[in-house]
Amino acid sequence: MPQASAQAQPERTPARHGATLRVSLWRGRDDGAFVEYEVPRLESQTVLDVVTWVQRHREPGLAYRFACRVGMCGSCAMTVNGVARWTCRTHVAEVAQDGHVQIAPLANLPRVKDLVTDMREFFDKWARAQGRFFGARTRHDEFARVRPDSEARQAADAGIECIGCGVCYASCDVVTWRPDYLGPAALNRAWTLVNDERDTAQAARLRAVAGDAGCHSCHSLGSCTERCPKHIAPTGSIAGLKRVTARAAIRGKL
Amino acid sequence: MADVVRETRRWYWQRVSALVLALCVLVHLATIIYAVRSGLSAEAILARTRGSVTFAAFYTIFVAACAVHVPIGIARVAEEWLGLAPRTADGIAHALALLLFVLGMSAVYAMVAG
Ligand code: SF4
Ligand code: SF4
Ligand code: FES
Repeated sequence: MPQASAQAQPERTPARHGATLRVSLWRGRDDGAFVEYEVPRLESQTVLDVVTWVQRHREPGLAYRFACRVGMCGSCAMTVNGVARWTCRTHVAEVAQDGHVQIAPLANLPRVKDLVTDMREFFDKWARAQGRFFGARTRHDEFARVRPDSEARQAADAGIECIGCGVCYASCDVVTWRPDYLGPAALNRAWTLVNDERDTAQAARLRAVAGDAGCHSCHSLGSCTERCPKHIAPTGSIAGLKRVTARAAIRGKL
Repeated sequence: MADVVRETRRWYWQRVSALVLALCVLVHLATIIYAVRSGLSAEAILARTRGSVTFAAFYTIFVAACAVHVPIGIARVAEEWLGLAPRTADGIAHALALLLFVLGMSAVYAMVAG
């Protein structure tokens, strides 16, 4: 598994002892505002650490989400200085500008409170893109043998480590323009299943991902790929879906 | 469902026409550079293009690829930026395709037979 660059990068502005960080946090819902807090600056501090500090010491009612703190669960994504990021693996040193960080909820999702967004639509779209596996075997059958070096398996592998953080979705302009667009994560998930040779719902899936709200709306500019903390390339997955749906359409199988 | 097939076809034709255009543009540029650099006069150029089956065939393909490629892109932009309904956008695209083809072919005709 490729490790996140956040971890490997050197601290660009190492913390001095006693230093503080000015943090603007979004408070409230759509009609809220940024509120500034002063937070002790610590070595190797992450953006999530900062939010947690504010919640523990200043605002017990601050709403935000996290679970694993190690980049696995995908629940901690926020907009940091205007860019969607996973906050538990983003060091303050990477993002602070003149000792200041601004933290807002993810874009393209309805706000619930403070830094929490409603992710329902995001995950409903996975379902709409047929992001679920449909198999033919039962527990009584032999295991399917999928060659690890087959092209399909490699394509599935490339997209499989998605943690569902929504960073790509929040970074996609097409989602902003047309809210019914399935978005990079759901389409990437569908692509991994299109490449799963055991799956039996391929025709239905291609119908689900093609068209105006699906892969054909993607502009291929790659904000999703640029921002994905897991270094997945949804842009490539979507291009793959375009190719496969075109092939199906030519054969009259769409 | 119709939308699924339409969008997939659009993408396909956009891709195929882009491929043709990429080749055509290269040949077209090379031709222009050749004509300009060797200082050919308008008469000299016409003398070469008149009655040339190759010239006619090549530019017919070029014009056709433009007539396919441009309207698909315009329809998409119209849908996304102007919020046009797909049917309206399709209508405009078809009219534009016809216009481009007629204009392009009249130019080819003028070079070959005019
Ligand atoms: S490449 Fe496609 S899915 Fe990714 S951000 Fe751009 S439009 Fe959205
Ligand atoms: S593709 Fe990347 S950015 Fe998008 S949800 Fe999955 S892990 Fe997050
Ligand atoms: S808290 Fe789990 S990915 Fe950040």
